[in-house]
Amino acid sequence: MSDPAKATVKTPASQPREHGVIEVSDLVVRYGAATALQGVSLSVGAGEMVALVGPNGAGKSTLVDTLSRVVRPASGHARVKGRLAHVPEGRQLFGELSVEDNLRIGAWGQRDRDPEPVYEVLPDLRDFARRKAAALSGGQQQMVAIGRALMARPDVIAVDELSLGLAPKVVSDLAAHLRTLNSERGMAVLLIEQNARLAFELCSRAYVLEAGRMVVSGSCEELARSNEVARAYLGGGTGDEL
Amino acid sequence: MTQFLMFLINGIAIGCGFALVGSGLVAVYRITGVVNFAQGMFAVVAALSATSFVAMGVWHGLAELMAISVGGLAGLITGVIAVGKRGTQPLTALLVTLAVGFLAYAVEVLIWGENPRSLAGLDGRAELMGVPVQRQYLLVIAVTVVVFVLLWLFFSRTYLGKALTACASNPYAARVVGIDVTRMAFIAFALGGVLGGIAGVLIAPLRPVSFDTDVSLIVGGFAAAIFGGLTRPMMALLGGVLLGITEVMIQAYGNASFATMGSLVFLLVIMIWQATRRPTVHKESV
Ligand SMILES: Nc1ncnc2c1ncn2[C@@H]1O[C@H](COP(=O)(O)OP(=O)(O)OP(=O)(O)O)[C@@H](O)[C@H]1O
Ligand SMILES: [Mg+2]
Repeated sequence: MSDPAKATVKTPASQPREHGVIEVSDLVVRYGAATALQGVSLSVGAGEMVALVGPNGAGKSTLVDTLSRVVRPASGHARVKGRLAHVPEGRQLFGELSVEDNLRIGAWGQRDRDPEPVYEVLPDLRDFARRKAAALSGGQQQMVAIGRALMARPDVIAVDELSLGLAPKVVSDLAAHLRTLNSERGMAVLLIEQNARLAFELCSRAYVLEAGRMVVSGSCEELARSNEVARAYLGGGTGDEL
Repeated sequence: MTQFLMFLINGIAIGCGFALVGSGLVAVYRITGVVNFAQGMFAVVAALSATSFVAMGVWHGLAELMAISVGGLAGLITGVIAVGKRGTQPLTALLVTLAVGFLAYAVEVLIWGENPRSLAGLDGRAELMGVPVQRQYLLVIAVTVVVFVLLWLFFSRTYLGKALTACASNPYAARVVGIDVTRMAFIAFALGGVLGGIAGVLIAPLRPVSFDTDVSLIVGGFAAAIFGGLTRPMMALLGGVLLGITEVMIQAYGNASFATMGSLVFLLVIMIWQATRRPTVHKESV
């Protein structure tokens, strides 16, 4: 398995954004009186890998919840062309169901619910297919969550916190899987990540969300060079320190 | 001894009725988190409908099936009223089901009047290991067993059943994968209505049913359902049967007027036992 830390970005830096699989414009989302997103715009092109970073409570999860229609916008648009699959923050499996049933529920609304293609991508899942999802470790559960999303055969996958609570090895494996799916099947990725270094290495473009507003966006190389972003999200200046 | 066995089978049959009402409560609670106090009403509506269908000349069997459909419809309507609005809290929905139950009294009295009505069931007695048993009791027990097996197969083997379990296990994740959780809640209520309806048409030949019979049905059904923490159908079956036997034995060997009190005490004991064992967990945080 390739180490994402060493791999170079393969996707082109710019994509035709007006034909994106995800088009978010002037999105406003409120929870009661509190405003979580105040006029946010973002786009993800077909086959593109885009990172979304920002501090806790910035509204990142709210943005993907809106994309998958779990949360309704107060105003603005969150359009998805094609199929979106959402790997929610904190895995959110169906604990009482077996791993295989979790996968099959991921294909809700589709005729083909055969988990075999997902087992080919994530062979580990085959080993605990019959176990209850609640009885798996955090990393195994995250793999199931990604597998469940892949069952929808999505045009774009939104992953909310890929690395949360996972061992570095597991993270790099999962990142490699995403990269492979992106390059081989043209699946677009919207990656939310606290580990901005990982996100910037994996993706071609990135957005920075703070307190419900998009503060910066651009190519990951540019952002990594920007002192401000580097200091806030890459731990220190523009240095090469790990 | 023969007499004891007779009472035992009566008790099991009565308990099956409670278990069926309880299974409807379980189906709705598991999937929506709502304690559905209109559950007894579904049984009453189905039982009364069956008497009307038979009076209209519909064949037995068909009349009961039609009545069970009416029960399902009553369930669906209750569901739409109770959880149709997105974001309704389970506790609010509980109050709504209570109100729907009372409202249904008015409709039932308008259509069927206040007097109890009875339904002809299977006549005569059969011999079971030398014990004479009313055939209707045997029918109740047989149908209950079939219903519980089907229910178990539905939840553990079918895709829709698993999706319903998924809604219960993690409603947020269910929405994330694109399941319309509100529509699934309607399905749960309709299923509750069908189960209540089955209970109603089976019980009606054993005891006349009037609009307010739902009170005793819901008390028995709730006691049965709480036995399995409101989430496990098979435990509801066991709870219902135990309760039925207790009631019949109190009637037979004790004082008949204590029978309902017996079930209330049973309910209380189970609830205390449940409360000390573990809090009734509905959602899990996986
Ligand atoms: N269900 C909710 N009800 C009320 N407020 C909420 C709800 N969910 C989120 N919020 C608020 O909306 C804001 C954005 O939350 P969100 O979860 O989108 O942030 P986030 O960027 O994903 O944060 P984190 O990095 O911690 O996951 C926060 O202020 C949060 O408190
Ligand atoms: Mg979040």
